Amino acid sequence: MTSRPSAAAVAIQAAVLILLGAVLWLAASNAVANLTRLGINTGLGFLWRPAGFAISQTLIPYSESSTYLAALAVAALNTVLLAAVSIALATPIGFMIGLGRRSANGLLRGVSTGYVELLRNVPLLLQLFFWYFALLRPLPPPRQSLTLLGAVALNARGLFLPVPIATEGSAAVFVALVAGIALAVIAAHLLARRRERTGDAARTVPVVLALALGPGVLAALATGMPFHWDVPHLQGFNYQGGLAVQPELVAMTLALSLYSAAYIAEIVRAGLDAVPRGQIEAARALGLRPVMVNGKIVVPQALRVIVPPLGNEYLRLFRNTTLAAAIGYPDLTMVFGGTVLNQTAQAFEVMLILCAVYLAINGGVAALINWYNRRLAVATR
Amino acid sequence: MTALEAPLRPSIGARASRLLHGCISSPGNIALTLALLLLAGYVLPPLVGWAIVDGHWGTGPEACAPVDGKQKEGACWAFVGARWSQLVYGPYPESEHWRVDAVFALVLAAGVALLSRSVKRKGLIGLALILVAPPVAGVLLAGGVFGLPAVPVSRWGGLMLTVTLAGAALAGSLPLGLAVALCRRSSLPVIRILSVGYIEFLRGVPLVPLLFLVMSILPLLLPPGTDLPLLPRAIVAFILFNSAGMAEVFRGGLQAIPQGQFEAARSIGLSPAKTMALVILPQAVAIVTPGLLNVAVAIVKETTVILIIGLVDFLNQIQAGLADPKWLLGDQVRDSAYLFAGLVYWAVCFGLSRVSARLELQRERRG
Repeated sequence: MTSRPSAAAVAIQAAVLILLGAVLWLAASNAVANLTRLGINTGLGFLWRPAGFAISQTLIPYSESSTYLAALAVAALNTVLLAAVSIALATPIGFMIGLGRRSANGLLRGVSTGYVELLRNVPLLLQLFFWYFALLRPLPPPRQSLTLLGAVALNARGLFLPVPIATEGSAAVFVALVAGIALAVIAAHLLARRRERTGDAARTVPVVLALALGPGVLAALATGMPFHWDVPHLQGFNYQGGLAVQPELVAMTLALSLYSAAYIAEIVRAGLDAVPRGQIEAARALGLRPVMVNGKIVVPQALRVIVPPLGNEYLRLFRNTTLAAAIGYPDLTMVFGGTVLNQTAQAFEVMLILCAVYLAINGGVAALINWYNRRLAVATR
Repeated sequence: MTALEAPLRPSIGARASRLLHGCISSPGNIALTLALLLLAGYVLPPLVGWAIVDGHWGTGPEACAPVDGKQKEGACWAFVGARWSQLVYGPYPESEHWRVDAVFALVLAAGVALLSRSVKRKGLIGLALILVAPPVAGVLLAGGVFGLPAVPVSRWGGLMLTVTLAGAALAGSLPLGLAVALCRRSSLPVIRILSVGYIEFLRGVPLVPLLFLVMSILPLLLPPGTDLPLLPRAIVAFILFNSAGMAEVFRGGLQAIPQGQFEAARSIGLSPAKTMALVILPQAVAIVTPGLLNVAVAIVKETTVILIIGLVDFLNQIQAGLADPKWLLGDQVRDSAYLFAGLVYWAVCFGLSRVSARLELQRERRG
């Protein structure tokens, strides 16, 4: 608006602000009266006091004598871990099902459609209960675990995975790996520039892959494989060693990734549908092999349509992690909005922090997606 | 549509042969088809056998109870039959069930009136429903007036609570969302900034923390001594949360209206309010109806979340039944209960999403 605001506009806005201020003032005075009546402390001082409760999954050192601030960090990391693993699983599953919905094979199309329509129309919480109460909880005790190749075990206590442990001399391998990846990034950049200049699509993929992995693999062979697998093994009544994943995390991951995969499949399908048929026919007429048609013509154009809603789906998955409170996975909401709120009763401070953390992560990821989206749009000119 | 414009529809035989050809067009496809058929053969017969052939249909726990210490195989539909009343009405007094039935009928009639093809003037019907239905349903369920015995909110539960919550969330978030969407387009910066802040906050904070927030903060903001039961607090949280989603849907619809419509309305001398009410909104509502239905599906699904704060909705009523020692008869009771709950939610959500897709398709065809 370049023109000067009219008197009426100023008056309306002033009235709205005054009304809002009055409501807030009334609410605040009620809040002060209530807090005094209930004898509730105020201020953020509680964050530095010992929390006094245990958390069943901690990615960083934490004990009952740690502070509430440490509990906040532990819980936030649990939420981020859950969201990251679920997104990493949901994306490939969703892409496969989305491609399946456009397959030439009618049976595969039917199965993919059935998956999408089933998973999308049943509440996520019910699906979570199914995975947790109907599938994971009735699993046998550790002694009768379901095992895979003797390395992976699944039982009522959770999922036990083998983990690689670095031994002496592994530093050289890491250095070689990092150097190789750096080389590969530079090479990819140079090859892309050359392709744009000359139109010569040299064998980018094998060269970049070889540069990225070669030095690391060679260094590992030269130093005599300085790693060993820590495989979980039955000892007494439970599994020892390896990586123990609690059943709550397994159930949350299953529920979130399979549910979001249904939505991602629809996004992928819409993206494929958005590529005009003429593009594919033109590419074929030019004599491009099917791999090239998909890789150079269909995928880049579909991706432009897919990325923005895919980003929104990731954010939705992140927000859905809060269902963890229903089965007791110690995520941000359960630890902070549940336990900490009950212990401190400082509703305003606890909720302010909780909302701020969610808004910050949400906003950060949204900014990242927008940045990637802009880059993709520019690259296609 | 004349016969010439009608899309060519291949005969059933041609479609079947194309379908078959797609399944066996290449060695890879044949392998895929075989693998999927094997999977279906592995999953479907046992499922049908478990659910129907071996299912137990009695009316009490004894139908599924172990015989001679041996657990019974097969689904336990007796659980659903025996707890039907709790699942639908929760702890609502039995003599007053007719009031719940009346509300169900009201919701059903509203749905049919708004979603069927033949009913005209849906805008007016919808407006009347939003204004009239919630208070009528509220009075009917709560009672205490017109000689209806009062039923405290703490005795609401089961499917009835799910429908109440979903209906209240829908009826509340629709007008609020529209108002926020209109404010977002306002030329007054204060109003625009406030509504953008409102939408961004509510779209960034997930439902469960928002529910906790309203639960813990709302009572503190009310005058000391006010006692607000859990359900109204949950309804407030649901309305706030979904109004942001509704506002974004309405915003999309308003943006889709060509600028010329505004200018044409102004040039024939309509006031801004009349332009909105008579020209813009009727077109925008037609555009956003599929989007609004999608929000409605989301609302139905997310009502389940209230079990986290201890309200006994349909899903929580099932959980409560499963915890009853009478029904601790083995895994099949829980599996059948979840299957039943899944079917109920699925039928509602799938139905609504089909209507949404149909409307979307109709609009695309019209151009």
